[in-house]
Amino acid sequence: MTSTVRKKGIVIQNTKLAKDIYSLWLEAPFIADSARPGQFVSLYCKDGSRLLPRPISICEINKEKGRIRLVFRVVGKGTEEFSYLQEKDTLDLMGPLGNGFNLEGKKALIIGGGIGIPPLLELAKKLNCEKQVVLGFRDDIYMEEEFEAFGKVYISTEDGSKGVKGNVLDAIRYHQLEADIIYACGPKPMLKGIKDYAIEHGIKAQLSLEERMACGVGACLGCVCQSRETDMHTHVKNKRICKDGPVFYAEEVEL
Amino acid sequence: MNTSVNIAGITFQNPVTTASGTFGSGMEYSDYVDLSRLGAVTTKGVASVPWPGNPTPRIAETHGGMLNAIGLQNPGVEVFIKRDIPFLRQFDTKIIVNIVGRTIEDYCEVVDRLADCDVDMLEINISCPNVKEGGIAFGQDPRLVEEITSKIKVRAKQPVIMKLSPNVADIAEMARAAQAGGADALSLINTLTGMKIDINRRTFALANKTGGLSGPAIKPIAVRMVYQVANAVDLPIIGMGGITTAEDALEFIMAGATMIAVGTANFINPTATIEVLEGIKHFMIQQGVHDIHELIGCIKEK
Repeated sequence: MTSTVRKKGIVIQNTKLAKDIYSLWLEAPFIADSARPGQFVSLYCKDGSRLLPRPISICEINKEKGRIRLVFRVVGKGTEEFSYLQEKDTLDLMGPLGNGFNLEGKKALIIGGGIGIPPLLELAKKLNCEKQVVLGFRDDIYMEEEFEAFGKVYISTEDGSKGVKGNVLDAIRYHQLEADIIYACGPKPMLKGIKDYAIEHGIKAQLSLEERMACGVGACLGCVCQSRETDMHTHVKNKRICKDGPVFYAEEVEL
Repeated sequence: MNTSVNIAGITFQNPVTTASGTFGSGMEYSDYVDLSRLGAVTTKGVASVPWPGNPTPRIAETHGGMLNAIGLQNPGVEVFIKRDIPFLRQFDTKIIVNIVGRTIEDYCEVVDRLADCDVDMLEINISCPNVKEGGIAFGQDPRLVEEITSKIKVRAKQPVIMKLSPNVADIAEMARAAQAGGADALSLINTLTGMKIDINRRTFALANKTGGLSGPAIKPIAVRMVYQVANAVDLPIIGMGGITTAEDALEFIMAGATMIAVGTANFINPTATIEVLEGIKHFMIQQGVHDIHELIGCIKEK
């Protein structure tokens, strides 16, 4: 009936990339088969007291081997549990969920902030155009080299320890980067800044949003964001991040 | 083996339905579940006009449960009639429409609008704040429970289920009030009001501060309340509150519920309803139970 079912995945590899940041390769052909950049999966905890699946975006897809890679940050007990996963362990997951990015444009700015960086890797891989990557970190740097394979990488850090001191927009302005399409994922204040920047410069922008979710399939209405137009589901101005998103065009959403 | 049950003249092929608000209008889960296998689909609450709901975050996980403060976001009865009823009618299942409102007139407006629609039953969510009585929920005052029940009953063309709030001192008193108002059936429990604090940000986990607690954590309370209500009134009961497995469902049935609803479990496992149904049938075969009625309210007093 559907391609998104809850099934078991097998851990191929789980490595620590930086403080609290883990890279998890899973054998999950039922997801790898149809996944697109910008989609996410629901990851279930083994501890039954933690009911809700954790929505985690897909970092890389290897269709041939039936594998997906998730890079996540430990922010609570659930993600802490995932950080202990070892080779050959199994865990339940469901996906792929959400809409993903539309691949378009001739000259792209790929902008990631913090744990919003990982889902942009598969996008960078799949995009067939000129690519510039801007990565914003608080302190610890990760995945920089992986992005270098697909385009020139510019870094910003809040403490100024590497690249431009400040945020991703400071780096974009400093390097005077231009583009006809922006792809961005990161914290809400960053996305709001990018939305304003994109509108000001007349650049089309796709933003990947996040919110606390329960079902992940559009039923619970927990993860809504305000939209400019009336939504199809409730006919108010609330789009569901899990189902109508997580990727939206900048002008679609109020941040 | 008979799994069919009858409530207020409506026959359900089996006792499994969905808890309002956890299954959308059925459409959201129709990719996962053959809706024709369910006894009924109970829809998300429908108001007279679209409700945008609360700000986010609307969801917070708690130990063995979750808090939600969706704020009853819904498209209103007109969209529901045009889009959701025809969708659900494609399936061989009964339709129970959950109704929400802020005043008795709100509820009555929806009831009137649905009078000539092809739906099987109405379920009235009386946990909504009553704007005319200073925001106290209808379901927390037995006088109001009886009043709203009788006013809806006068107008409703379909049988009426009153959905009771557990946030009361004496659930049996509320059940008796609904019975006095003419209710055809009762469903319980709705969510328990709770709160979670984000200690790192020193603020509430939910934008609404408080939310409704659901999930396995509330099941023992729900079973106790179903039992108390089953002993207090003669009305059929739809039991719910943390049902995740067939074993959970059977507890409610033995406590006195004629039907059961799977709620939060849908969010965790989209096929939970079917697994609960299969598990009930499996239990009946194993225990040599030929008719589900042998189990309804069958607990023995020690």
